Amino acid sequence: MSIEVDGVSKHFGLFAALSDVSLKVLSGELVALLGPSGSGKTSLLRIIAGLETPDSGRILFNGEEATRRQVQERKVGFVFQHYALFRHMTVFDNIAFGLTVKPKKSRPGKEEIRDKVYSLLKLIQLEQLSDRYPGQLSGGQRQRVALARALAVEPQVLLLDEPFGSLDAKVRLELRRWLRRLHDEIHATSVFVTHDQEEALEVADRIVVMNQGRIEQQGTPAEVYDRPATPFVFDFLGNVNLFQGRVNEGAAQGGMVLDMPVDYQI
Amino acid sequence: MVMHKNGDSNSSSVSEPAWVRCLLITTALGFLALFLLLPLAAVFVEALDKGWQAYLAALQEPDTLAAIWLTLLTAVCCVPANLFFGVVAAWAIAKFSFPGKSLLITLIDLPFSVSPVVSGLIYVLIFGLQGWFGPWLQAHGIKIIFAVPGIVLATVFVTFPFVARELIPLMESQGRDEEEAALTLGASGLQTFFRVTFPNIKWGILYGVILCNARAMGEFGAVSVVSGHVRGSTNTIPLQVEILYNEYSYAAAFAVASLLALLALVTLAIKTVAEWKIRQVLSAAEAKPETEREPCYER
Repeated sequence: MSIEVDGVSKHFGLFAALSDVSLKVLSGELVALLGPSGSGKTSLLRIIAGLETPDSGRILFNGEEATRRQVQERKVGFVFQHYALFRHMTVFDNIAFGLTVKPKKSRPGKEEIRDKVYSLLKLIQLEQLSDRYPGQLSGGQRQRVALARALAVEPQVLLLDEPFGSLDAKVRLELRRWLRRLHDEIHATSVFVTHDQEEALEVADRIVVMNQGRIEQQGTPAEVYDRPATPFVFDFLGNVNLFQGRVNEGAAQGGMVLDMPVDYQI
Repeated sequence: MVMHKNGDSNSSSVSEPAWVRCLLITTALGFLALFLLLPLAAVFVEALDKGWQAYLAALQEPDTLAAIWLTLLTAVCCVPANLFFGVVAAWAIAKFSFPGKSLLITLIDLPFSVSPVVSGLIYVLIFGLQGWFGPWLQAHGIKIIFAVPGIVLATVFVTFPFVARELIPLMESQGRDEEEAALTLGASGLQTFFRVTFPNIKWGILYGVILCNARAMGEFGAVSVVSGHVRGSTNTIPLQVEILYNEYSYAAAFAVASLLALLALVTLAIKTVAEWKIRQVLSAAEAKPETEREPCYER
């Protein structure tokens, strides 16, 4: 399912979280919303999910107007930054929740739910922990349970808010590769929010760099990395050395003299 | 602070000397025994002064039975009303932001800061014969003051904050994440409340209900103003105790009072269990892996 964000603005009091943001996510794409905290990326994700309503602008799913659709009707899978697992339910019940709240006529039978949950537990490699409570799991395990819970209802759109933000470095590396493989298997359209450049560059098909409620640049990892469109993107994407100097007769002169790159245009 | 020569364990090097600790503990326990346990024991000793037969007979007096019945009726009306209001108010305050929120929080606390006598008087001024609606009510033959409805109204007012006050901090600490997760998974509002919110706050609800019930049954001041003290018809247990005492039937007065004391003990026991459970829930909430949260305007 494709997602289109069309001229969306959102204010919280006087603070402009998003100003006139437009974005297209193609069906089956894995897109990263990258930016520092306060750049509006989480707000954008929540607006796509229907957890927040935009002040102006439209959200289209598969070309159909979805701005006024309720959260429940949008059928998106949402993975929260702190997982938001139901603390009073076991891992099994957490994953089964989305299936058990379906209206009676479309709700699968007990056996079917069981099979579905166990196949998801297998997918996240936590079969032996089905009767644990979230409080008894490690961060990485909770993250995977949260993903399985979102996937149980077979959403066509998967939205992830800082999916690896609270994990330690090693688990984070494993999980993001696993997420990439998972995305390729389930054929969903995925959008994830991150402030980690490396994560975005490694996992995403396309990166949307955000700053102060606006999109600075969007493109493939190679594009944004090699051809940053603005000084912000250039600065945010990596550890860079900034040289200042004057250009005179084809040579930059600062502390030392550098020849201009051949294909460089001013 | 006392430094130990050998640099003992940390805890002893920063704690008070033994005699100070003993003194503090003895003072606290002594105070407790003198002002709480002694009167409580006295109630039961006086109540049983003339033996079990007299105790049971005192409780079976028609006027006393009527008082017990009225007290139960009042509690049965008040507790569900305040339970409903408390959950709704706590839900609104903890999960949404809206204009007038801090005013609502202040208003919820009002019954705690107003003297109960004033709380009763308010209803006399509104519904009494000389009050705003008095003439109209009399013309239509409706009796509120000096009748059961007045007692219920005054008690509802006094016990208004218990459930809400208990739930607001509990629900605020739990945040909205779990409810939002349930919504994205397709749950309706009611499903979200009964399957996600309620299990997380049920011990808080029990705690609030238990305190609300204890106060509803034990309230004296506000009820005294609106009841009119009609024997066998508008006397609750506390009022009945006062009447019996003023008539010098000490044994009967203490027998009836012992019912309230028993209620207090049961309340205390349930309250302790509920507090313990709430602490478990709260520590589970804090156990979530901590990283810097996004600033709140991002939410």
